[in-house]
Amino acid sequence: MSRTTLDLWVGLFVLIGAAALLFLSLRVGNLSSANFAETYPIRVQFDNIGGLKVRAPVKSAGVVVGRVSDIRLDIESYRAQVIMDLDKRFEFPRDTVASILTSGLLGEQYIGLDAGADDEMLKGGDGLPIGQSAVVLEKLIGQFMFNKAAE
Amino acid sequence: MMGRSVSFVRRLGASVVDGIWRLGFATRFMVLLLVYSGQSFRRLHLTIREIYFSGVLSLLIIIVSGLFVGMVLGLQGYETLQRFGSGDALGVLVALSLTRELGPVVAGLLFASRAGSAVTAEIGLMKTTEQLKAMDMMAVSPIARVVAPRFWGGVISMPFLAAIFSTMGVVGGWLIGVVFIGVDAGAFWSQMQAAVDFRYDVLNGVIKSVVFGVAVSLIAVFEGYDCTPTAEGVSRAITRTVVSSALAILALDFVLTSFMFRG
Amino acid sequence: MSFDPTHDEPLVCLKDVHFAYGERSILKGIDLSVRRGQVVAIMGGSGSGKTTLLRLIGGQLRASQGEVRVAGSDLSRLGRNDLYALRRRMGMLFQFGALFTDMTVYDNVAFPLREHTDLPPEVVRDLVLMKLDAVGLRGAGALMPAELSGGMARRVALARAVALDPMLIMYDEPFAGLDPISLGVVGQLIRRLNDALGASSILVTHDVHESLEIVDYVYFVSDGRIVAAGSPDEIRASTDPFVHQFVHAEIDGPVPFHYPAEPIAQALLGGRG
Repeated sequence: MSRTTLDLWVGLFVLIGAAALLFLSLRVGNLSSANFAETYPIRVQFDNIGGLKVRAPVKSAGVVVGRVSDIRLDIESYRAQVIMDLDKRFEFPRDTVASILTSGLLGEQYIGLDAGADDEMLKGGDGLPIGQSAVVLEKLIGQFMFNKAAE
Repeated sequence: MMGRSVSFVRRLGASVVDGIWRLGFATRFMVLLLVYSGQSFRRLHLTIREIYFSGVLSLLIIIVSGLFVGMVLGLQGYETLQRFGSGDALGVLVALSLTRELGPVVAGLLFASRAGSAVTAEIGLMKTTEQLKAMDMMAVSPIARVVAPRFWGGVISMPFLAAIFSTMGVVGGWLIGVVFIGVDAGAFWSQMQAAVDFRYDVLNGVIKSVVFGVAVSLIAVFEGYDCTPTAEGVSRAITRTVVSSALAILALDFVLTSFMFRG
Repeated sequence: MSFDPTHDEPLVCLKDVHFAYGERSILKGIDLSVRRGQVVAIMGGSGSGKTTLLRLIGGQLRASQGEVRVAGSDLSRLGRNDLYALRRRMGMLFQFGALFTDMTVYDNVAFPLREHTDLPPEVVRDLVLMKLDAVGLRGAGALMPAELSGGMARRVALARAVALDPMLIMYDEPFAGLDPISLGVVGQLIRRLNDALGASSILVTHDVHESLEIVDYVYFVSDGRIVAAGSPDEIRASTDPFVHQFVHAEIDGPVPFHYPAEPIAQALLGGRG
């Protein structure tokens, strides 16, 4: 085989491979939508985070605006301390409320942000007021039964 | 009794000495390989030729097996997922299993048996027919001229092959899930995109495939270079290439997975 | 033994060379020299250490004792780069040619030129065609080595070995497995190329009659030692029992028919005792 045909085939191979990588990053992965160039960290505490995991999405009005970057227990208050990395493009008022929500009945848990009305915006490293905890199914059922019994 | 235990100790010693000697030989080989790699890039057409042999010629088997693996994932995954009423998550299942694990691992195994064995056979036969010695006598280092281009050809081909495998797998899963079973196309893709992260899943898969490419290529060229120069020696070297590559891929996969995805 | 090293600087000079594979001693004190322009044959039975001798001169092996000098430099003192520089001026013909099976005849002969020189393709082409013409295979340039007969492959390998006009050409069994016609052709080529290039040649062979026709000097090696040496005429006239046995192909003589072993009677009875 002559060198030019060989080069042609190898060039074609590299092109197909690059196209496959592109397909994986853009169509399969979410490089275009979720790879934030710049983020700022925001702290928030919860009484109970349920099944929230590191890297869970942070959504506002259903739009992904950031990801959970760290979860730890605050020894003084015995609350869960969650750090979120929010996209620099989205700014939120200081009185925004965070709550842990579940997508669907059994789906993954994420943090929902409900924007407040404050004029001042959050800066990197700020903390939010204590968030609304995850709904724990056992507690919910227990409460329901208790209410029923009380009737 | 005494004699037997002495001979056991002696055999143990011999095998340890032999092992250390081989380790030293392999290390020296690797150092020379890296030292001479510059030459194989300066004369790029040698490496391009090897990309043709290990990459382009492996394309067909990679495409076909990728498609089939994806189709099987589509069938099995849907069967299981729909019991929990989440058939829509089929895209997530197919894409995650391919980008994280099956793409690099299965492509690596196929690459070892298709291209790795061919490289070992070629170098082994060149050694058996004294071509390597003849080259050395012509003051051309066989490691620079024969070994390094084959090594780099393999290392460069492997990530592309793994990416092509994963892509074909996703296409196969889409074919079964969306076209034949009738999962909603929008849900299929959007759930997939929501769950598959570029850095965490796609990039880690690519890193895995690079590591496997280095491991398989290194094993293949070393076994060829180190083989006993007889017909039997070459066939044994080929077997060793395939077996050690498979073991190396699976072991490395475990190590890499435990580092990458332990969160 | 009529060994006389009284010439001015020989091209290849071995002094008291010993060599052993592990504990198995192959060469036990070899003295040998090759002058410029000479064609020298090293003869001996299979396994007598002649190929090892050639590998020592080519620098593929290192003597465990003694000195190997080629073109004035002691091979044991040369680093890898110096050794490679020296090897560029050596050509070696391997036992079965060792042609690169993935290249055409033309590319095989062009290989050393392309690796070691920056000559433009036209010049390489002319040189390759000249070398192929010298071995009578100018028309075979496009063939692959697998399409050649044994004799033709040997001639291509010869063209490749002399591609860089070496000062020393080494032949490892150049006559093995050739039919009588090819044998004569290769023999004449070895002599002609040597004289045309002004080089020196070393032949390792056990083909007595063909080599006596073309060489200037012969060394007989047996059991790791030089047992006889002389010009072809001296060898033909020699009464040395070893040379006599070798030249006349007698089965038994100083070179024993049997590999060293205990007497057969003892071996057969030993199993029962």
